[in-house]
Amino acid sequence: MNRTIISIAIAVSLSACSSLGVEPWEKDQLARADMALDSEKLDLALDDHIYFSKEGSSGGRSLAGGGCGCN
Amino acid sequence: MQLKNRSNISKALAIASCSLLGHSAQASANTEKPDDWKVDAAIMYYGEEDRVQAVEAIGNVQKAFGDESLLDMKLVVDSLTGASASGAVAQSETQTFTRPSGNGQYETASGETPLDDTFQDTRVQASANWAETLSPVWKTNVGVNGSKEFDYFSLGLNGGVERSFNKDNTTLALSGAYTFDSIDPVGGRPVAFSSMALRADYDTEEEYRTAFDMTRMAGSEDKKTMDMMLSVTQVLSRRWLFQANYGLSSVSGYMTDPYKILSQVNDTGTTQSYLYENRPDSRLKHSFYMMTKGALDAGVIDFSYRYTTDDWDLNSHTLETHYRYYFSGRFYGQVHLRYYQQQAANFYRPFLMAGEPLPEYASADYRIGDMTTYTLGLKFGQRLSGGHEMSYRLEYYQQNPENSGFDLVGQLQDHDLFPEVKAIIAQVSYSF
Repeated sequence: MNRTIISIAIAVSLSACSSLGVEPWEKDQLARADMALDSEKLDLALDDHIYFSKEGSSGGRSLAGGGCGCN
Repeated sequence: MQLKNRSNISKALAIASCSLLGHSAQASANTEKPDDWKVDAAIMYYGEEDRVQAVEAIGNVQKAFGDESLLDMKLVVDSLTGASASGAVAQSETQTFTRPSGNGQYETASGETPLDDTFQDTRVQASANWAETLSPVWKTNVGVNGSKEFDYFSLGLNGGVERSFNKDNTTLALSGAYTFDSIDPVGGRPVAFSSMALRADYDTEEEYRTAFDMTRMAGSEDKKTMDMMLSVTQVLSRRWLFQANYGLSSVSGYMTDPYKILSQVNDTGTTQSYLYENRPDSRLKHSFYMMTKGALDAGVIDFSYRYTTDDWDLNSHTLETHYRYYFSGRFYGQVHLRYYQQQAANFYRPFLMAGEPLPEYASADYRIGDMTTYTLGLKFGQRLSGGHEMSYRLEYYQQNPENSGFDLVGQLQDHDLFPEVKAIIAQVSYSF
């Protein structure tokens, strides 16, 4: 039952996605370097390390991985 | 009217010629770009008031091989010194603790939070990632990473596959990672819940050493982490995109912090002994992350929300935003705000009561207790000639640990058992 609901939900959300979006020639703004998901990757990596070490949860934006996280 | 039309036409022609010029400039840049190296480097200082101080240097090199392949290599070196909370509670009397190595002791003044001041470490981390575009709609990547510090070694492999749909407006990505960690603590691994041996309780150094060795186990311990992430990125409009991730992480092995202890107190809140903590050896974590990012006329903005939950019952909510404003084509300012709130792990105990049976697991590490944290950051960036960029970042980070409903007995009510931690983060970055 749950699986059916999840499958329907995924199918509906994917079909909803197909009506979203822009034409390839309308991607000028999205193609800006500052719009890349990793445009500030060093800041993000340093932040991930701080919060991984100082808080009880990690990951979410990208894979959490292993590591010490001591102190 | 005609005049106005003419002016519009001439404007349109001017814009069109500019955009053509722009395109030709971009095209010539693109023909040179694929073999170019891209280097990002940063140095960061992290300093807590009276506690941990860290300096972290990071370098990232990217090399494109044609349009299909991209090699990304990263090297991180960091050095940490200073004190960190041991887990013991503050007392009205001076407290004496044995150092983790067993060699020597340190004292904590009355009313102060016990901090282990022996902490000092240098870590080197390296990673390499290869991304390959297989077809207009399929991409893949594989990577390896390793890190080494005095008492810790970590080695990981990761890989992922990406498929785009709907004229490249929708991207589905699936990635996974496996990490193997090995820990060999200073002075050996403490026996779970063994009582800290104190030099003052023994007549001779030999007797003390024998007692200390009884609290330790030789050899290293392992930890294995399996991560999986499913991600959907969707273009919403000409200026906005949206990303949703689900992450699953299964960790097994040694997750106890060998340097953390718990105070065992009597009915008056006075410490009777210090016990080494013990955490479960498995953890299953789920994360849900949503982010939207928008291209503004004179800036960029993003908002994200993350919810995490796991079988330690440690749940968290994170809200975060970055807003960048371009003062000119070359200079920008950026604000960063982050709010984080977590609910304590089910085995978190700020202290243990003497005379009561010991729980199966317990830790007084405030980082897995109830806590709220805030980050407020400012960043300024400057684009230099030749595509170089320099940026400066200054952030304030505050942790507010909270009592999740434990009755404070006797003298414990007189002390701040959940002190705030305040930190400054300063960073300089350079890209070329």
